[in-house]
Amino acid sequence: MNNHVISVLVENKPGVLARISSMFARRGFNIHSLAVGPTSEPEMSRITLVVDGPEMEQIIKQLYKLVHTVKVTEMMPGEGVEREIMLLRVNADQRRAEMLEAAGIFNARAVDVGSSTITFELSGPPDRLADFLELMRPYGIIDLVKSGRIAMAKDAKSSKNGRAKLRSA
Amino acid sequence: MSETLTGAQALVRALEHEGVEVMFGVPGGAILPAYDPILDSPIRHILARHEQGAGHMASGYAHASGKVGVMVATSGPGATNLITPLQDAHMDSIPVVAITGQVATTSIGMDAFQEAHTWGISMPCTKHNYLVTNADEIPDVIREAFHLAATGRPGPVLVDIPKNVLAATMNWRRPGEIKLPGYKPSVKGHPRQIKAAVEMINAAERPVLYAGGGVIRAGASEELVAFAEAANLPVVTTLMGRGVIPDSHRLCLGMPGMHGTYTAITAMQRADLLVAVGARFDDRVTGQVSSFAPHAKVIHADVDPAEISKVRHADVPIVGDAKAILTQLIDAEEKSLDGGPPPARRPWMETLAGWQEEFPLQYKQDPEGPIQQQYVIEELHRLTAGNAIVVAGVGQHQMWTSQYWGFERPNTWINSGGLGTMGYAVPAAVGAQVAKPDETVFAIDGDGCFQMTFQELITAAVEGIPVKIAVMNNHNLGMVRQWQRLFYNERYSATDLTDHTPDYVMLAEAMGCVGMRAERPSDVTPTLEKALAITDRPVVVEFKCDPDAMVFPMIPAGHSNDEVVMSVADLESPEVPA
Repeated sequence: MNNHVISVLVENKPGVLARISSMFARRGFNIHSLAVGPTSEPEMSRITLVVDGPEMEQIIKQLYKLVHTVKVTEMMPGEGVEREIMLLRVNADQRRAEMLEAAGIFNARAVDVGSSTITFELSGPPDRLADFLELMRPYGIIDLVKSGRIAMAKDAKSSKNGRAKLRSA
Repeated sequence: MSETLTGAQALVRALEHEGVEVMFGVPGGAILPAYDPILDSPIRHILARHEQGAGHMASGYAHASGKVGVMVATSGPGATNLITPLQDAHMDSIPVVAITGQVATTSIGMDAFQEAHTWGISMPCTKHNYLVTNADEIPDVIREAFHLAATGRPGPVLVDIPKNVLAATMNWRRPGEIKLPGYKPSVKGHPRQIKAAVEMINAAERPVLYAGGGVIRAGASEELVAFAEAANLPVVTTLMGRGVIPDSHRLCLGMPGMHGTYTAITAMQRADLLVAVGARFDDRVTGQVSSFAPHAKVIHADVDPAEISKVRHADVPIVGDAKAILTQLIDAEEKSLDGGPPPARRPWMETLAGWQEEFPLQYKQDPEGPIQQQYVIEELHRLTAGNAIVVAGVGQHQMWTSQYWGFERPNTWINSGGLGTMGYAVPAAVGAQVAKPDETVFAIDGDGCFQMTFQELITAAVEGIPVKIAVMNNHNLGMVRQWQRLFYNERYSATDLTDHTPDYVMLAEAMGCVGMRAERPSDVTPTLEKALAITDRPVVVEFKCDPDAMVFPMIPAGHSNDEVVMSVADLESPEVPA
C-alpha cells in the first residue's frame, strides 16, 4: 500500500465531492487526506486526495467516467509542490523558550499563547510538518488539526535540478 | 416571449421535446403534480403494477427500440423500487431515464412521509443523477439526462424532483446548449491504433473476434459482419451480443463463457489474438482470468476507456464508438489487403469446424418423458421462423434460450446479463411489445422468475399488449438446484417451488390473459401454434418441464476455461475437478 496524491478538477456542482469520495469507498480505499477548494475559474473546483491503495490506474479511469470530472492526475513523488497546514497545541508549562526556539527553526508561528499551552501554525511540505510534530511530541501534544494536502504540478519548464531539490525538501 | 408553466408542465413538455412517446410508471404523492399534465400530453403513460415492473418495461422498450426508455415513480418506496431496474440497466448499458418525485425541498432530510435519499441511493447505480432544486432548471436537466443516457456508453440517468419544484412556476424556454466540460465520449478510434490492429489481425494465425453488447448498442451489427468477412475472423457473441452476427453465418461460433459452446470457449483458449469489440471480459466469459486465453494478444475496442485493460491487458487499446471503429477497421483492412483475399487460416478454420462437429450443443427429447426446455425453444423458433423478439429471465431457461434460439438479427434478444435480475422477462417483454407492436414478443421465463413479476401481465392485459410468456415450469429454482446437485452433494436447500402451485392457467386467466398448458412433449407444438395465433391478448403457456435437466456445456465458477464440462458424466470423471 502506497500513498497516492490524486488531483481532480471537477465542475463546481452539488454532490460532486460525494461522487468522488464514494468511488474510493466502493473500492475500499482509505482517503488519508482531502482538500477541496475553488480554482481560478468559478465553475471549477479542485479536489486533492491522498489515498492509501494499490495502483490507481483503474480508479482514475473510473473517476473520469463521472460526468462532472474534467481532469484527473496522479502526482508522482517529486513532480509537484505539495503543501499542508497544521495547527498544533502543545503543553507549555515549562521550557517555553526552548520550544519557541525550535519553532523558529521550522518557521512555525505561535498563533495563540495561553497560560499553559502554545499553539503553533506551520505550513509546508508534509515531511516538514511531520518532523516538527515529532520535535514537539515530548512536550505533550494537546491538540492537532491538519488540512488536507494540496498539490500543484511543477511547471514543465523547471529544471531537473529544481525537481531534485523538491524531492529532498 | 416567455410562457409561465409549472415545473410539472415543464417536465412533460421537456419529455415531449425529447421525442418521448411512452413512459412506464406508478404515481404517488410526491410525483402527483407531474401526473396531471400527462393527461393533456400525447405521451402514452403505461400504469405498471409495481415500480420495478415499470423500470424493466422501460429497459425492454429501450432494448427493442434503440430509444431511451422512461420510467416514472414517486418518492420513497417508489424510487427504491426502481433501484433494481436502474442497476440492471447500468450493468447492461441500457439507455433509460428515471423521473422520481421527492418530498418538498423544505422537508428533505426531515424523515418526511415517503422520503428516501433517492439521489444518494441511486448514485452508484446510475450513469448520472440529478436532484432538481429549482423549476427553471428542468428543461436543461431533462435535455442533459437524455443526452447522457443515450450517448457514449449508454446507461441509466435519474432525475429526482421535489414536489414543490414540480408545483412551482417557471418561465419556459427551450433547453440551451449542453455544457458538460467533463463529458466528451470518443467516437472515432485513433488511426495509429487502427493501423496497429489491422497489422496484428493480418499476422494472426488463430484470431477470434469477440463481439459484445456494445456492438448492439452502437447499432453496428452490419459493420461487425462486414469486418469479420473482410478479415476472415471467426466470431464469438457474448450473452449481450447474441444476434450481432447471424448464428447461421459460417464465421459464427456462438456464445463463449460459462455456458457457451465448446467451440467458442476453446477457440478463445487456443487463440493467438482476441479482437474484443464492445465486450468487457466479464467473469462469466473469462472464467479464471489467469488461465483465460493464455496465448492471445488482445485488441480491445470499447467506448468506455475504463473497460480497457480492466480485466485483461490490451496490447492494442482502441477507444471509440463500435460503429465508427469497425468502419475504420474495414477500411484499413481493405487497404492493407489491396484487393487480395484475407488470410485463409486454413488449419485454424479446420480445427474450429472439427470442434463444431465433434462437440455440438445437444440434448435428447424422450417422446414419453418430461418436456425438455430446449425442445420448446427449438419448436418455437421453427414455428416463428425465428421472427420474434425473445425475452428471458435469469437461470437455466435463459441459458438454453441463448444457446438454442438461432439469432439472426440484433435487438431481438432481451435479457438481463450483467445483473442477472430474476423476474426481468415479463415486464421487459411488455416494454418490448410496446416498442414493436407488430412483432411477436415471446418471453421464455422460468417459474421462479415468473413468480417475481407476473403481476405486470395485468398491465399487459389492461393496456392491450399481447405479449406471450412461456413459463418453463420445472417447479424449482433450476440453476440454483443444478449447482446444489453438482457442488452441494444434492442437498436441495430452498429450491423446490412445488409442482401445482400456483395453477398457471387459472392465474393467467385471472389476470385477463389466455392460459394454456403443455404437459407432454406431444403437446408442445400444438400449444405453441394456438398461442401464436392469439394476437389480441397476452398469453401464458405453462410447460411442465424436467426438473432434473441441467445446462451444459458448463465451466464451474472460478475454474479455467480449459475445463469445459460437456455432461454430468464429465463431472464424475476424476480428471475434472468439481
